[in-house]
Amino acid sequence: MSEMKNRWIALYVENQVGVLAKVSGLFSGKSYNLQSLTVGTTEDETVSRMTICVTSDDITFEQIKKQLNRMVEVIKVIDLTDVPIHMKEILFVKVENLDKDGLDQLFQIAEVFNTNGGNVRVVDMNGDSAIVESKHTEHRNNELVALLKKQYKKISVVRGGAVAIESISTGCR
Amino acid sequence: MDITGRKLFVKALEEEGVDTIFGYPGGTVTDLFDELYKTDSIHLVLPRHEQALIHEAEGYARSTGKVGVCLVTSGPGATNTITGLADAYYDNIPLVCFTGQVPLNLIGNDAFQEVDIVGMTRSITKYSVTVRDRGELGKIIKMAFYIARTGKPGPVLIDIPKDIQTQTGPAEYPEHIDIRGYKINNSVHVGQLKRAYKLLKAAKRPLILAGGGINIARANDKLLKFVEIEDVPVVTTIMGKGAIPTKHALYVGNCGMHGKYAANKAVSECDVLFSIGTRFNDRITGDLNEFAPKAKIVHIDVDTASISRNVVVDVPIVADANLALEKLLEWAEPKKTSAWKNQISIWENENPLGMRRDKGMTPQMIMEHINKNYPEAVYVTDVGQHQMWATQYLELGKNSQIITSGGLGTMGFGLPAAIGAKIANPNKDVVCISGDGGLQMNIQELATAMTQGAGVTICVLNNYYLGMVRQMQQLFYGKRYSATCLRRRKSCPADCKGPNKSCPPYTPDFVKLVESYGGVGIRVEKEEDIDAAFEKAKENKDVPTLIEFMIATDEIVLPMVKSGNPMSEMILK
Repeated sequence: MSEMKNRWIALYVENQVGVLAKVSGLFSGKSYNLQSLTVGTTEDETVSRMTICVTSDDITFEQIKKQLNRMVEVIKVIDLTDVPIHMKEILFVKVENLDKDGLDQLFQIAEVFNTNGGNVRVVDMNGDSAIVESKHTEHRNNELVALLKKQYKKISVVRGGAVAIESISTGCR
Repeated sequence: MDITGRKLFVKALEEEGVDTIFGYPGGTVTDLFDELYKTDSIHLVLPRHEQALIHEAEGYARSTGKVGVCLVTSGPGATNTITGLADAYYDNIPLVCFTGQVPLNLIGNDAFQEVDIVGMTRSITKYSVTVRDRGELGKIIKMAFYIARTGKPGPVLIDIPKDIQTQTGPAEYPEHIDIRGYKINNSVHVGQLKRAYKLLKAAKRPLILAGGGINIARANDKLLKFVEIEDVPVVTTIMGKGAIPTKHALYVGNCGMHGKYAANKAVSECDVLFSIGTRFNDRITGDLNEFAPKAKIVHIDVDTASISRNVVVDVPIVADANLALEKLLEWAEPKKTSAWKNQISIWENENPLGMRRDKGMTPQMIMEHINKNYPEAVYVTDVGQHQMWATQYLELGKNSQIITSGGLGTMGFGLPAAIGAKIANPNKDVVCISGDGGLQMNIQELATAMTQGAGVTICVLNNYYLGMVRQMQQLFYGKRYSATCLRRRKSCPADCKGPNKSCPPYTPDFVKLVESYGGVGIRVEKEEDIDAAFEKAKENKDVPTLIEFMIATDEIVLPMVKSGNPMSEMILK
């Protein structure tokens, strides 16, 4: 068996009732390991585009693409795993019960993570709580969440799942 | 001029050439039934249960290759078709199932007889959709028929809310349809096919494995021509049985869990396995690591997703069986296979299929008499031991066919599917082979057979047990017959090890039961009486004949490979 790793698919589907249920149902019904799924309409309002991240080995991944391809509602399947893409995920973290030092540190963390094409800022705060917004790779967001979890007692995390588009020129994740 | 949805519904069926529809009325489809009442071109069949209804449509579709059409009401009418949809999905049977739905404005209200049937059936249909706009109705019906019968066929469900049926809208039914997410593969990769053919040419022990895809594509003649030129032996899956005539010298038999010894040996020993139209189900492969261990495997299938899913193959080819065989026939030339064929006949002689003949009427004898009395027929089975015996012993010539629930293994399939096949083929003999368990799952269809004048011959192999499971209990569970004895009553001992003198009587009395429906019932207890029973059955052209064969309770299906074991490890005795 080949290596289990994260792989990405972009999926063009009919923008119709039930298509999301059908696609997500495939993953649960066939025990595929779905990491994240985002969906939104494209420039053509009859078409939606999904960005899907799965963890699988090579054979299962091939099967997933074939199964998606044979759905009537699926217009096109694009394997993004090994092509240059721009990919970002939006993440909000609300940190509560902050003291002065904690708040200062939060700004520092945001600044440190605000690199490599990412965009991390404190976007809202009051006396003892603050919200960090991060547009970054899933990987960097994972690291940010891990760090905040270690540093602070009470945090709430909301993640959007990655969205991706094929690069025009250079590779970028 | 605009017309109502209900009018367009019937117009669409007529334009699709639908001659028969299996329908059960109810609150949300009364408009459609009212419209069907007015047309002479469509025969409306009223079954006695929606599960049976969809199996009847399957029998119709399986025996003709045409799309089977169902019409049921919302709620329970719709949910009762679920088993049949799954059955058709796994055996790739073209069906279009129309379900009524509550009016659009009531959807989501938990209205009377409202269910989300589209949501429930997504994973067991090729396509399922609720019509939400009267303007789309024609296009959606067109799509349904197109999707159901093309590519790898399958069931499609169209859910039509009641108000869509009565609303007016465009009268046009489209002639063509283009679906951007559904493209049929109409070609074959010649380079790949050539690679495959070279492997076959170079093989010393070549074997062709024919699956249900050959029968679905109706590529039988082409396959026969190809194997005759090449002189290559053929094994089949259960769904592929009849791919070439079973009495043909090149036909070895079925392979798989209850396959022939020689067929499984041939798969295990071949050096090239040239497979067409099979998805390598676990019942065929057994332990995947030990499947065809010495062979390079070629896999031709119309469905990309079937290729390299269960078995990783050396040469994958996505193509319709007809197209691939057409091309192969251009290249075909004779091959020397006599040593390999000899080897297979040695295996055949070592362990031929066969039952003892010294202990009364065996299932094998019944199949032999069916072969003799009905040399050309549509044979339909239910699911269980009798099904395996039928697939082992029935001989299929060019004009015969076996219809069986192969993928889903649906008990209760046999009788309704046979009725559907008979309705589609009134001039052919239709022989239903069932067990006493499976028959009772849809026995109410005796009424449908009567009312439709469907003179099917129903052979019930009665061994008082749910025999297939009982067989497993006998072999692997220390004869603990948990819930498999159909005579068992409260008064029976908890640890009963099998039939004895104090067993209660069997219920129901099948002979009296079929007579109460107006059909003919015959009980056969000895081999000598079998032919007379079939003679009598053949006289009944318009009513069903049920022949109850009292067979030994302890007869088991052999050979057998335990689930998950290698195919070379067959239990033979």
